[in-house]
Amino acid sequence: MLRLEGVSKSYGGTTVLPRTDLELQSGRVTVLIGQSGCGKSTLLRLLMGLVEPDEGTVWFGDEQVAGDQVLELRRRMGYVIQDGGLFPHMTARGNVELMPRFLEWSPDRLRDRVAELAALVDLPVETLERYPAQLSGGQRQRVSLMRALVLDPEVMLMDEPLGALDPMIRAELQRDLREIFRRLEKTVVLVTHDMNEAAFFGDDVILMRDGHVEQRGPISELLERPATDFVREFTTAQRAVLGVTS
Amino acid sequence: MRRVHRLALLSLLAVLTGCGRSDVVVGSKDFNESTILGEVVAYYVESNGASVEHRQRLGGSPVVWNALLSGEIDVYPDYTGTLRQELLSELKLKDDDELREALEERGLRMTRSLGFDNSYEIGIPNKPTAEAARRFGTDDLSDIRTISDLRRYPNLKCGFANEFVKRSDGWEPLKRVYALPQDDVLPLEHDFAYIGLANGDIDVMDVYATDAKVKVYDVRVLVDDENFFPEYEAVLVYRADLEERAPEVVSAIRRLEGKIDVDTMTTLNARTMLGGEEAARVAADFLNTTFGLEIVPKVPSIFERLARYTWQHLLLVATSLSAAIVVAIPVGILAAKQRQFGQVLLAAIGLLQTIPSLALFVVLIPLCGLGALPAIVALFLYSLLPIVRNTCTGLTDIPAGIHESAQAIGLPLFVRLWKIELPLAARSILAGIKTAAVINVGTATLGGFIAAGGYGVPIFSGLRLGQPYEMLEGAVPAALMALAAQGVFELAELVCVPRGLRLKPAD
Repeated sequence: MLRLEGVSKSYGGTTVLPRTDLELQSGRVTVLIGQSGCGKSTLLRLLMGLVEPDEGTVWFGDEQVAGDQVLELRRRMGYVIQDGGLFPHMTARGNVELMPRFLEWSPDRLRDRVAELAALVDLPVETLERYPAQLSGGQRQRVSLMRALVLDPEVMLMDEPLGALDPMIRAELQRDLREIFRRLEKTVVLVTHDMNEAAFFGDDVILMRDGHVEQRGPISELLERPATDFVREFTTAQRAVLGVTS
Repeated sequence: MRRVHRLALLSLLAVLTGCGRSDVVVGSKDFNESTILGEVVAYYVESNGASVEHRQRLGGSPVVWNALLSGEIDVYPDYTGTLRQELLSELKLKDDDELREALEERGLRMTRSLGFDNSYEIGIPNKPTAEAARRFGTDDLSDIRTISDLRRYPNLKCGFANEFVKRSDGWEPLKRVYALPQDDVLPLEHDFAYIGLANGDIDVMDVYATDAKVKVYDVRVLVDDENFFPEYEAVLVYRADLEERAPEVVSAIRRLEGKIDVDTMTTLNARTMLGGEEAARVAADFLNTTFGLEIVPKVPSIFERLARYTWQHLLLVATSLSAAIVVAIPVGILAAKQRQFGQVLLAAIGLLQTIPSLALFVVLIPLCGLGALPAIVALFLYSLLPIVRNTCTGLTDIPAGIHESAQAIGLPLFVRLWKIELPLAARSILAGIKTAAVINVGTATLGGFIAAGGYGVPIFSGLRLGQPYEMLEGAVPAALMALAAQGVFELAELVCVPRGLRLKPAD
């Protein structure tokens, strides 16, 4: 479904992503993991067409993520970032309804969809009338999730969506998210630096280092048969601190 | 609806800039005697049945001269010496007949003398202060009778009107002809020179024959023993085409020849300068006595004056500020989107801000003429920077995550700008507009210098006449208007800044 073909990207002489080929599997959760600055967020932005590759092509199905169709393609992808990226001058509902209103949905369709999503992300409907500043961190991420899902995108791209939450809420939202992913059967790309989270979500884990893929496979494979010393160090360091549950 | 607004705006501009023209437009320079003579001409012509507009205090000699050449005004009072020695100095005209020919070549004519010779003279204090006495080397100045006598006192401080310093019949040639040794020359407003002389800050100043303050400030007028100063017969200069357009106006103007002698003019000057009377009243009294007329001067009440100043001031501010908003916000957006180009743009607009405001007002006169237009253009230019900069800052300060989210959900560029970015930058943009408005209200008072109207009129008039109460008539309302502007935009913030941005975070 999503594919990078010979894509590279550098900023001001620093190569963030050397020439890379990568294909992401449909209907599954792919986790991009690595230290900060390893290029995982850039990869996500390339997939959304938020940054343009220096060379190579990003494919969404058989369409190129470039030029005029980028806007159209972005509407078929949902995007959630660490602090939610909610527009602070709009209520939660305003945030969720922004795109449907722009696309001139009927009021009935809009109302039904918002109610459906609120139930899905387990958010009380009255919360929707609040402004982002009046919501808790967890509520903000749930609203952000609703906004990303409202157009029923084929792909969800999530950049450290739970990174800013405290541990209790984080654990709760992790469970809810996994449940939602399972139910919707969407193609999900999730960026994290946390092995624990990767293990929790990942059918397919991609461990990145300095812009290139160090190892790709199920989490168990990374743990049991690390391809390089770096993979072993990375997985054991985090395991020592957290204790991996899978 | 929009067209109605535009029409209203245009007609307001027309009223201010004088497009709805009277039969004859009288001009006058920015000093008291010129204003009185202008009023005399205006009232007299009007009493002869023509419609008149008097554009007072247009500026110095070159400004008014150019206004006459360009047809902005039809007639104004001047002096033969000024015309020959300053305005047409390169022609080296020998006498008034040659002056008439030179004027005729430019489509201009002049009357015979109005009856007095207002020559330049040089004055020193009758009784020096202790400080001045040190520079004279004596406190008895009774030996100094002629300009030649000044050669003996090289350390004197001179305070001359700006115009006098530069004129070809002014200080430099005077110094040459008399071989004067003084080098310490301070250019200043003529009316302040009297105060300087009285305080001992300066020792020598230029005065006019009809100066009312010569007696009040106890100035000793020195004899021009080398006959340096030419005659300065007061005349009215008018456009030759006025003879065809309004022959009755020209014959009325001609009837003023020889009617004002030196004593009369000095008295008229004293009544306004020292007695604080309106030039209009003094002029009307003179005409009533001389011609047996019954002119009632249109001296507006303080409320009428304030209403007029307020209206003019508001118009200057509102027009320039609205234009600045319309231009500066898109420019600010551009500057935010194109960072490098934006830096250049901001630097360029910042450079505009460094031009001294009075200089900018005056520089614009050749381009826009006199009146409200150059003031509006100058105020517009000054209002740009705060709005452009705050628009740019407001947009670039939006957190990256929000920018990215707006792009990621698939909103087109302009919708993003309109729905997300501008509302988020609203507070900053509004603050920029508020700053611009407050600066604008203050700077607009400089319009008093270039006939743009507004609160600057009483401020500068009071400054020239040394009457602080008149200055307050402009200064106090200007301050109030600045406060009001601040208040209005503070209210606007409640409406324009989205509610979600005014909330404190919950956790």
